[in-house]
Amino acid sequence: MDIFYPLQQFANWVSFSVLKLTPKTHLAEALNFFIYDSLKILALLIVINYLMAIIRYYIPTEKIRDFLTKRNWYGFDYFLASFFGVITPFCSCSSIPLFIGFLSAGIPLGVTLAFLITSPLVNEASIAIFIGLFGFKITLFYVATGILIGVLSGVILGKTGLEKEIDESLREIIEKSKKKNSSSFLLKKKPFFWLLKKFWQEGWSLTKKIYVYVLIGVGVGALIHGFVPVGFFERYLKNGSFWTVPLATILAIPLYSNAVGVIPIMEALVSKGIPFGTALSFMMATVGLSLPEAMILKRAMKTKLLVLFFACVSLGIVLIGWFFNLIM
Amino acid sequence: MKIAVLGSGCSNCKRLYEITQKAVEELGLSIQVEYITGDEGLKKIMELGLMQSPVLTIDDEAVMVGFIDDTEKIKEIINEKLG
Repeated sequence: MDIFYPLQQFANWVSFSVLKLTPKTHLAEALNFFIYDSLKILALLIVINYLMAIIRYYIPTEKIRDFLTKRNWYGFDYFLASFFGVITPFCSCSSIPLFIGFLSAGIPLGVTLAFLITSPLVNEASIAIFIGLFGFKITLFYVATGILIGVLSGVILGKTGLEKEIDESLREIIEKSKKKNSSSFLLKKKPFFWLLKKFWQEGWSLTKKIYVYVLIGVGVGALIHGFVPVGFFERYLKNGSFWTVPLATILAIPLYSNAVGVIPIMEALVSKGIPFGTALSFMMATVGLSLPEAMILKRAMKTKLLVLFFACVSLGIVLIGWFFNLIM
Repeated sequence: MKIAVLGSGCSNCKRLYEITQKAVEELGLSIQVEYITGDEGLKKIMELGLMQSPVLTIDDEAVMVGFIDDTEKIKEIINEKLG
C-alpha cells in the first residue's frame, strides 16, 4: 500500500469536503495537488534531514578528508569524493574552506572538484523530493547520473594540470595549512540523549530553512498541473528530445534556485509533455551552473579553470539529458 | 574571554556574528565579539583543522561549526564556558 495514502485522503477531504470545490476543475486539481505534495515532501524532508544530521555528526567533511588521504585509492577516490558530495549537505558558504581544506590535505584537484560538482547537483533534500515525486527507481538513476557527472568532470579537470590556476593568496593558505589534523572539537564525545535532541534540532532547522522554497516550487507546480492542458508542450516541442536539452541547460544558467524549489516545477512540466531528460537538464543546470556559485568559486579559481569547470559540467548535464530522453 | 566568529564572508557568517552579539548582550557580558572574514578568516578556520564556515570560537577554540540560527544555543555554549 502507498504509505502516503492518508495524505491523499487528507488533501481530498480539505479540497472537496471542507472547501467544497468541484472535483476535476482547474482550481480543485491545483489545490489538491498542492496540499498533497507539500505534505508528502515535508514528511520526507523531516525523515531524511534527521538521518543526515546523524551522518553529518559521525562523518563530518573533515573525516572524509582524512579518509581520502589515508591511502592510495587508485582512481577510486573520484567516486568516493563524489559519493561523499551527495551525503554532505552543501552550503555555498563552506565551498571555499572545503576547497582549501581538501587541497591542503594533499587531495588532488580533480578529486576535490568531483566533490564540489556533485554536492549541489545531488543532495539529501533533492533526493527526498525526487523520491516523493518520481519514485525510488528514477531517484536512483538521478543519483547515479549526478555522481557520474562529478566523477567524469573531476577526472577530466584533474588531467589538465591546472593547479596553477588557483588564486595565489589561497595557494599560500593551502601551503601554510598543510599537515593539520582534524580539530579536537570534532572528537569530543557527547551523551547519547543530548545527541538525539541535537540531531532533531539540526534536521528541523534545515527543513524549516528550505521548506519555503519547496512551497513556492510546489505552488508553481500545482498551477501548471491544474491549469496547463495535458500535452501542451508536446505540441510545441515536436521531436524536441534533442535540441531542447542544450536549450534548457543554457536557459537555466541565469536562474538561481535551490534544487528543492525546481524539482516540483520540473515534475509538473514533465507531466505536461516536456521530455524527462530535458527537464532534468534544466533542473541540474539551475543548481549546478548558477552565476552566484560562479562568483563564489571565482574567489578560488582563475578564469581559465573556472571556464573549463563550467564547460565540463554543462557538457555532462547535456549528455545526461540526451541519455534520459533516449531511454524514457 | 575572547569570542570570535570566523567565516568566508557569506550571509550565514554575518548572521552568526549578529546573533552572537545579541547573545552576549542578553547575557549582560561586556565582551566585544570579533568578526574575522576573508583570507584572515579562512586561515584561522584552516588552523583549527576545520573545513566549514562559519565557525564560532571561544578563546581560540572551536565551539560551534556551521550555522545554527539559535541565540539560546549560543548563550548555552557561552555559559558553559564561563563555568
